[in-house]
Amino acid sequence: MSHTLSRIAASQSTIDKPVVSVRGLVRNFGNGNVLDGLSLDLQPGSFTALLGRSGCGKSTLLRTLAKLDPAPEGTVQLPEERAVVFQEPRLVPWMRVLRNVTLGLRRPDAEARGLAALAEVGLSHRARAWPLTLSGGEAQRAALARALVREPRLLLLDEPFAALDALTRMRMQGLVETLWRAHAPAVLLVTHDVDEALLLADRAVVMADGKIAADIPIPLARPRRHGDPGFIALRSRLLAELGVDEEHLAAREPQRTESRAIGVKPGGYGLPAGAAAAPSL
Amino acid sequence: MTAATATQRTGAGSRRWGLPAGTFPAGLRRCAVPLALLVLWQASVGLGWISTRTIPSPSQILTAFWDLTVSGELAVHLLVSLGRVSAGLAIGVSAGTVCALIAGLSRRGEDALDALLQMLRTLPHLALVPLFILWFGIGETPKIALVALGTAFPIYLNLFAGIRTVDAKVVEAVSTLGLTRGELIAQVILPGALPAFLTGLRYALGVAWLSLVVGEQINASSGIGYLAMTAREFLRTDVIIVALIVYAILGLLADLIVRVIERRALVWRPAFIKE
Repeated sequence: MSHTLSRIAASQSTIDKPVVSVRGLVRNFGNGNVLDGLSLDLQPGSFTALLGRSGCGKSTLLRTLAKLDPAPEGTVQLPEERAVVFQEPRLVPWMRVLRNVTLGLRRPDAEARGLAALAEVGLSHRARAWPLTLSGGEAQRAALARALVREPRLLLLDEPFAALDALTRMRMQGLVETLWRAHAPAVLLVTHDVDEALLLADRAVVMADGKIAADIPIPLARPRRHGDPGFIALRSRLLAELGVDEEHLAAREPQRTESRAIGVKPGGYGLPAGAAAAPSL
Repeated sequence: MTAATATQRTGAGSRRWGLPAGTFPAGLRRCAVPLALLVLWQASVGLGWISTRTIPSPSQILTAFWDLTVSGELAVHLLVSLGRVSAGLAIGVSAGTVCALIAGLSRRGEDALDALLQMLRTLPHLALVPLFILWFGIGETPKIALVALGTAFPIYLNLFAGIRTVDAKVVEAVSTLGLTRGELIAQVILPGALPAFLTGLRYALGVAWLSLVVGEQINASSGIGYLAMTAREFLRTDVIIVALIVYAILGLLADLIVRVIERRALVWRPAFIKE
């Protein structure tokens, strides 16, 4: 583990060629620009959280990076090896879990790699199961394995924990951190949850009106805890960037563990990713 | 599931009447009413309450069934009918599937085909019999064409809807996995549309028998429908009933086959997994 960490540290200290490079990205949905001349670089092996109010364009940005949405204006440089995990697991119901994981994988040892990826997410015993028999957490772990097995250089996570219960969410956050350390892809995590961003990411990017409104490094030591002074200070700063008055929220503080997405309206669960901005066809 | 619920209900009912639920086996209890009706039927005809011209007794029907089987007549007509249904189904299902694939998988295909087929669908296909006789004569062609026309629409409608309602989110997720369009269609979209196709197939089988009944009663010289029509001329109600029973059994068998296919093809559905 330690050598992996030092490798990450090394890759961040040297000025690498960014794995993702976005310049002047504009996306228009008829009534105003959802992405308005946005520029963003992601370094190899970095973990970036993308925050913002509903409809700020963060899901559209992620979908553009996943090549699910076009980039009509501006330049977007992406690595070939990309993987996406959505809020819903989105497994193919008529393929067993292992087949879901290896789907589209063109290499002779696909099956062995699939099994290895399932083992990494702790789902070996469910390799032969049908997706509809999995619990929410299991299905999301299968979706993680499906992303992982592709050895992505860019891992896009679109609110992957939002639909999970609190305990499962905590376990999944730990799992994602472990997997990121072991494989060191550049991760872009779209989230509503400031605490989640501070637990996992090295950098928090706040979006507003289709642009990057704030780009805040998170130089906290890992493992991180909610009560650490540095954590609390950064939390205040991020909430301020998101336009949340913390004093106003003080009375609600004890509820923090139940609803952690303070101040930012959680996007309607069950809506497709990017539904806030992207009209589904 | 339904049978279990029904049994429970019967059990509760017999307890209410003071009979312990276990007195008779469940199967026997469920058969009791039909068996009683059969006995009543046999008695009514035997005692002369009902004329055999109206309806023969169950034993007479059994005898007619036996005679037709032994003489080989039933087998000949059955094979002819089965041949017609198979040929018509093969053509109809193929045509329906091809049209549904063209319209379902491409916007241009939909523009070209869907409006036309939706218009034709509203036409009761059995009304085309006179036209088919003028076009195809009175041989096998009009009968097979009638079955083919009738079965193509349920297949088209269900498969088209099935293709279009495959979970768009799953398709989107899979599209990030580097599959070619062909692989996406073969591995994700078509399996996703399979349940709808099988529903269409069950409808199509029902329509196929219906079309066959109509087709075989017009200018046929063989087939189950012909058997029934000639029996009418000789006032052989027993033979007519035999023909009806054969149709019923064929329909049941066809439905059973599709159910077996469903059970095998849709094992991934929780409803089937739990069993």
